[in-house]
Parts: sequence; structure tokens; C-alpha cells
Amino acid sequence: MSDVLDRPDIGHNADDHLKVVGTRPIRPDGADKVTGRAAYGADFNMPGQLVGKVLRSPHAHARIVSIDAKKARALPGVKAVITGADFPNLADEFHEGGEAASNLRDMAMNVIARDKALYHGHAVAAVAAISSAIADEALALINVTYEVLPHVVEVEDAMAEGAPLLHPRMFTEGLEAKPDKPSNVAKRNRIARGDLDAGFAAADVIVEGRYTTKATHQGYIEPHATVASWAADGQCNVWSSSQGQFMVRTYCAKVLGKEISDIRVTPAEIGGGFGGKTVIYLEPLALALSRESGHPVKMIMSREEVFRATGPTSGAVMHVRLGAKKDGTLTAADVELKYQAGAFPGSPVGAGSMTALACYDIPAFRITGYDVVTNTPKVAAYRAPGAPISAFAVESAMDDLALKLGIDPIALREKNAVHNGTKAAYGPTFQNIGYVETLQAIRDTEHYRTPLGPNQGRGMAVGFWFNVGGESTAAVNINEDGTAVVVTGNPDIGGSRASMAMMAAETLGIAVDKVRPMVADTASIGFSMLTGGSRTTFATGMAVVQSAEKVIAELKRRAALIWDVNVDHVMWKDGSAWCLDPAKADEKPLSLEAIAGQSARTGGPITGQTSLNAQGAGPGFAVHLCDVEIDPETGHVTVLRYSAAQDVGKAIHPAYVEGQIQGGVAQGVGWALNEEYIFDRDGHMENAGFLDYRVPVASDLPMIDAILVEVANPRHPFGAKGVGEAPIVPPLAAVANAVRRATGVRMADLPLSPPKIRAVLDAKGG
Amino acid sequence: MVRVVASADLRRFTGGLEAFDVEADTVRRLVKALEARFPGLGDYVDRRMAIAIDGEIHQDAWTSPLRPDSEVYFIPKIGGG
Amino acid sequence: MSKTHVSTTINGDPVEFLADPGMTLLDALRDELELTGSKEGCGSGDCGACSVILDGRLVCSCLVLAPEAEGRRVETIEGLANGSRLHPLQQKFLEHAALQCGFCTPGLLMASKALLDANPDPTETEVRYWLAGNLCRCTGYDKIIRAVMDAAAELRQERV
Repeated sequence: MSDVLDRPDIGHNADDHLKVVGTRPIRPDGADKVTGRAAYGADFNMPGQLVGKVLRSPHAHARIVSIDAKKARALPGVKAVITGADFPNLADEFHEGGEAASNLRDMAMNVIARDKALYHGHAVAAVAAISSAIADEALALINVTYEVLPHVVEVEDAMAEGAPLLHPRMFTEGLEAKPDKPSNVAKRNRIARGDLDAGFAAADVIVEGRYTTKATHQGYIEPHATVASWAADGQCNVWSSSQGQFMVRTYCAKVLGKEISDIRVTPAEIGGGFGGKTVIYLEPLALALSRESGHPVKMIMSREEVFRATGPTSGAVMHVRLGAKKDGTLTAADVELKYQAGAFPGSPVGAGSMTALACYDIPAFRITGYDVVTNTPKVAAYRAPGAPISAFAVESAMDDLALKLGIDPIALREKNAVHNGTKAAYGPTFQNIGYVETLQAIRDTEHYRTPLGPNQGRGMAVGFWFNVGGESTAAVNINEDGTAVVVTGNPDIGGSRASMAMMAAETLGIAVDKVRPMVADTASIGFSMLTGGSRTTFATGMAVVQSAEKVIAELKRRAALIWDVNVDHVMWKDGSAWCLDPAKADEKPLSLEAIAGQSARTGGPITGQTSLNAQGAGPGFAVHLCDVEIDPETGHVTVLRYSAAQDVGKAIHPAYVEGQIQGGVAQGVGWALNEEYIFDRDGHMENAGFLDYRVPVASDLPMIDAILVEVANPRHPFGAKGVGEAPIVPPLAAVANAVRRATGVRMADLPLSPPKIRAVLDAKGG
Repeated sequence: MVRVVASADLRRFTGGLEAFDVEADTVRRLVKALEARFPGLGDYVDRRMAIAIDGEIHQDAWTSPLRPDSEVYFIPKIGGG
Repeated sequence: MSKTHVSTTINGDPVEFLADPGMTLLDALRDELELTGSKEGCGSGDCGACSVILDGRLVCSCLVLAPEAEGRRVETIEGLANGSRLHPLQQKFLEHAALQCGFCTPGLLMASKALLDANPDPTETEVRYWLAGNLCRCTGYDKIIRAVMDAAAELRQERV
């Protein structure tokens, strides 16, 4: 059905009417989470369950010649051993819904290797046993014969002539002429407008640079975990921690060749995802092990497995060339992006390309992106996938341009800013955006005017993310005492249950603690796309509000029946029906509780359900300001102060919106300063643990000032825009620009770890 | 007539044509008209692309209406983290 | 491989269980005693999600062997509240929105309790360094630090 509905007379988009939206109530799932009762992926058990474990490739690239599992199967306590041969071979089939549209065949091959292992850690077999120790013993007894092949890790090495080919039948898509030789470049995409040569010819100054970023992991603290049961009649139950129970159901059905109705997926509480739990790894293995063994199977990844076999996002090599007039007006931009995809095509270079210049109005530009397979784990979505990487390159170049021209970096952005009506570099025309307001919010901070000390620098950068809508279902059920339940199909990662309850309460006109939100399993609510793309508060929130509106329409009908008046003479306001019939002027308002109490006699339970495909998500713009101090002795960079402004449309629960921004900043700072996948000569990740893969800890960060700019999105009942992704886009460059201004040297290779800083200071100081 | 702007990636279907007009009042009818005029294009954008209608992005939205003076632009479908 | 009998005190109650000699305290809590509030994020003492207090000292329960709990006192997240009354740290975490996914929260609460037991009036820097062993990937720590400082202030008030 349409996502636009005639709205009853409640004051949408008028802040003075809002009683719940914009306040900061305690989250409804909070008490369970602070007492240890909330059940995450690994906290669920089934009677008679076995322990499942995965045998992973010790090589970065190898042909699997044979797998001999006889000894493992014979070990007492081992109930099943599976390999790729136990799964159907799928044809190429693209599953919609992402710039990294999933090829199901690739996904199945990533879940468990068939004839080739494509990265160190690629699953090649799995066992189920009565204990963890026996499962480990069984893994050691599986004899895999490999023919080791040359491997390639770095993106430019993979693009080079003569590089080892991961997929010998892969030819580059998107070239003018059809290639005659296979390549590791899966696709080249290009976005271009205007006359590039004329644009550069018209420039007074040109800045240019080569920039690199390393693969980084989403770093959710909860490792992947699942319990799966394949019953004798073929019906399956899966309990797992993911960003979408319906995503798990669809993909498991495809990978195992089952009908969707045979699989029911119950979402556990999710311990962080950031995009990394938008795909499946363990679930089909656990199901197949359950099928083979006849028992439920529980599987939990170790942290090392999480690093070696899930996520990360792309490492990249980029070139940026910008031309501008003396007054700062951009005349031309040429951007080249080369992104690692990992073992299968599908890096986020498409989104990286589309976002690269999204903040700028430039008459002539060319953006070229390369999606390149490498012998590293298949990349997964990571918060604004692709955008932080290209923003690092473009925003670093913009900072160099500001320095070269002697222009304030905010003024330079303002001079070239997109506005409502500007045709975005990626095509559409912007409407209802709050970019210049967000720039202004940072300019207005006291932070921006505070003087700096020695060895300190201040950097700023901007960022863009589309935000998406998509398919969601929500139900609002009124209980007989007038309280309400809100049911959705979207896992709550960052507090979305609170915002769902608040939007329902606001619409119904009742207190938020009268509304209990829950996330239902795949058999208990209609289809919903996963929690990702900053879509849940926007799209699922829209479904919640429409469901509440249907409930109000029904409540008015019931009130009309009780009063024996025409329904047109009933108004809903402040949680009660009001009788407007002049002939019945004495009727007192009927509260929700009073109407609910009579529901049996007036027509039965009062519920509302909405399924929609939400369109018109408003894009998010973020502007960040960062102060750093360099320790000249150690090369250590301390982030002294951080301010992050963002157009959020309308903050439903401002504390959790701030939290999204603060969390995105922290991840971006980690990406800028410390985090990286380090591979040895054999293509093995050397730092597959939290000790050596260094995510920011509390003592690494200052307080993070989140500044909420609210330029309403008219498509959403309360004006909300997605907020979760834009905040990770600017920090890489904001930090790097601060380091540039502190050291006087442009450092273009992330992370800006102490040894690199030391080397720069040594070279400078002599 | 709806104004269709084809990005560089789509011009392999249009013989290099960057912009053209099509008669359609919904996305579904637009897809059909594109397929009729440039075989393969309608099917491709239907499966793989999102559509910006006068700047607003729609995905999988056959029923979204088009005005006679609408401008449409196709971009790859967006996912996210 | 015979199992070891362990007698210990958990959240004030006497508890007995059998453990493989190599079993960690975390696995004993989660798998033997069904106290799944303590989480495993890494199994190597790097993330702090399994933090518990052992004889008054903050430890990663994934780095303690279950038999080491013999005769000692273990405090876990399940014992932090006083019956149905939340501990001020728990209450302040809720009020400050100091959790998003909530997976690191039990460990952070136990680490914060150990801090405030030892130092009722910590500075922001002291809180940040004390909690540096507890990773949170969602919040950027800002609201966690504020919640701990606020809880410390409230606990000081209660003591007066």
C-alpha cells in the first residue's frame, strides 16, 4: 500500500504540539540490559543442543583438492561433519537492496568454500559434537589437501597485469569495450558531468593527492552467535543475533534450497552490528549440521574468527584532483577510487563514488570507481558503506585547497555548498536538506573560536549519507486496559524500541510508559527489511505511526457507537475521543482506557497494522570539528576536543541521536588513528584480536559534543531523517586535517599511527 | 512527458543518449516504456536501480506517481550499514 | 579428565558446581550456573565484557579458571541491584542513555562499581583510565563517563 495516508487531526510537524517526541524517556528495554537479563545471540540454549565449530582455511588462496573427514566422523561424540558438498550449487542471482547487491551464489560460497579457499579463515568444513573440546578435536582430524595458489591482498597489486586471479571467469563490467581477458576488477563505475578539461583550465589553483586507507572492522563487541534446529519434518528454527531476522530467513532459505515458510528466525538482542551483521555466516552451517545430526546446534565465533572471516570494510587507494578559482569557487574535480572487495565482488565503491562530491556544487567532475577482489575476507557493510573512505580523500584535498588559498575551511565549504535545488553530483536534485545550517552550527560553536596551544591543530571535514526507506511492517495492539503494544520486525541496535514507543505514544496521545514495544520473530509480524541504512526510525517509524492512526480511526468509530453519533462528530485529542455533536454536548470525553474496556461489545480487539515501502528518506549531512595534540616525542595523537553537528531532521529521542553521533565519531577516530588490518607475507591477518587491533578505549577520547540541527523531512510524520551513518563519514578527514595543521605536513595514509607521525616529525625536524 | 536522464553507466542501453522524454504516469509504466524503447534498460533499472523522481529517491516503487513534467534519474540501489 | 568440585560464593549465595580443570570462570558462570549476564567478547581479556569482581578485585572472568573461585567471593551483574531496586550506577546508565546495544554494559557496570568502591570521587580522567579495559563500540563513551560521574556523586550523597 501507499506510504502516504490521510492523517487525522493530530499536529504533525508542529513542535508545539509534541508531548513525547523530542523528550528523553528511559528506554523500555533498559532494565533488562543493566541487570544482565537481556538475551543476546550466545545466551540462548535448546535442549540436547550440540556445539558447532568451523574449520577454516590456513591459506590465503588455495585449491581444495580433497577433504577427508573419516577420522573426525569416527571420533566418539562427533555427530556431524559438513563441507561445501553438502550445500546446493546456486546460480548467479542478485539479491536487491544494497550498493553492494549480494550475489547469492557468492554469499553461499563465502559461507563455506567449494573448490577454492579465497582467504585465510575461509570456512571449508564444520563439525557438530557433544562438547566444545570434542568439536575442536574433530576439526584437527579433518584432513584437507590444498594446492596453495599465489595470493594478492593490496588493491593495486590485484589490479596489476599478471596478478593472481581469484575468479578466472570474471571480466570487468562497466568498461566501454568488452574486455577480452579476465581480471580481479569486478566493475568500473563512473559518474561524470561537464567539461573536465575546461574546468581545470579555468582553475587558478589545483591541488592533487594520493590517499590510502586500510581495511577496518566494524568491531561490534558481540561475536556472531546462533542456535539452529532442523526438525525431522524439515521445519527450521533459528535464533540468532543479526540486523534482520527476515534477512537471515531469506538468505538461509536460498543457501540451503529451502522454502521460506520452513524457516522461522527469532531475533536475539544484538550486541552491535554497524553493517557487519547484515549478512549470514554461521546460520546455514548450524542448520546443515542440525539436519545431519538430528540435534539443535549452537555456534559462536571466537573474536579471532570474527576478524578473520567477517566484515571488514575496504582498504582503498584514491586519487583526487581539485581545481578552483582564487576566491575558492571549485571549477573541476577528478576522483579515482580503488576499493578492496575481499574475496567476492561487492565493495562499497558505488556508494563511495556517489557520496564523494555530494556536498559540493561543481560544474565539471569525473568520479571513477573500481571494485576489486582480493584474497581477504569479503567486505561487509560498515556504517555509511564506502563514504568515509572517499570523504577522507576529498576532504583532505579540500583542506589543502583551503590552506593554499588562505581561506577559512568552513567558508570554502560554504562557497561550494549544495543547497535545495542543487543537482547532486550523483544525480538527483536536493530538497529539504540542512547542510548550510549544519556548517553554520559548527561555525557558531565556542569550540571554533577557542585558541590552540603548541603542537595542537584543528581540523574540520564534512560528510554525506543518503539514508534509505524501504519495506517495513508494524502493528499497534491496544490492550483491554488502554495500554498498547507496538510490534515491529526490526532488531533494536541503538535504542529504536524507545523511538517506536515514543512515536506511537505521541500519535495516540498517551504516556510513553503505556506503550510497550517489541521486536517479533519472522512468523509473528510481516516482512521488514533489516535494520541498516539508517532506515528504522524513518521507515519503520512511519509504519508505527500509520498503525497508530488506524487505531485512532477505529477508536473514533467505537466512540461514535458508544455515544450513538456520527463518526464525523468524534475528534481524537490527548488520548481521548471528544464528542463534537452539538446534540450531545454533555458527553464527557472517552479515554483510550474507557473505549478499550468496552471493545468486546463494540466490535472486538482494537489493532492496527501497516506494511509499507517507505520512500523519500531525507539525506544526512554532518560537519565535524576536531582538535588534536601531537606528542613530539612519541608521535602519539591525542584528540583533545570534538564537535559534531548533523542535520537529523527531527530527533525523536535526542539522547539516542546524540549517542549515534558520538559512536560514529569514536569509530571514525579509531579508523583515522589506530585501526587497520595488518597482513603478513602469507596473507594472514597479524592482529586478529582486540589487543592488536586497537579500537578506541575510554581514555583515548574526550567528550564528544553532538549538535543536533533539525531541518524537517516532510515525508516523515515527525520530520525524522536517518542519523546512524552520516556521523562516521567526516572523522577520518577531520582528524587528518587537524594533524596536518598541527604538524604542517599532509599525511595521506591512514591510520595516523605513532610510527608514521614520528617519521614525519623526524623528516621535518631533521 | 517525463524527462529521463541516463547516467554514464546506462548509456550502453541508450546508444549513448543522455536525456530523452517518455510518456508515463507511474514508475511501473516508465519501466515498461523504457524497456519498449531501449530493450534491456527497463528490466535493468527495475532490478538494479533506484529512481530519483524530482530529486526524491524511490526504491522498488512501481506505484510512485510521475507528473507530466517530472525529471527522473536512476542511481544504484542504496543499502547501508 | 575428571571434573573439579568448586565451592564458592556468588552474589552472596553459596554455590557449588563441577568444572573441567581448564574451564574459565566465565564459562562456569554462563554454562554451568546460567548466569549469562557476563558476556564473552574476546576470551582474551581485551574487551572487559566479562568483568566480575573477585574478592573485591575487578577481573576478566575469561582469564580466571573456574577452580580458582574455590572459597572466594564472586560478584556479577546479576547481583548488582538490591533486589528490585537498581544500583545507582544502573539507574544512571539508564537516565544518561549510556548504553545502545547493551552488550558491554554488564562489564562496564561491574568495572564502574569496582572503581567507585575504591575511589568514591574520581575525576573524569580517572574514570576514563579505569574503564579503558572495557570496550564499547556504540556510544563513544561520552554518556558512560557522565553516568559514572553522576552515580559517584549520588553515592557520595547517600553516604553523607
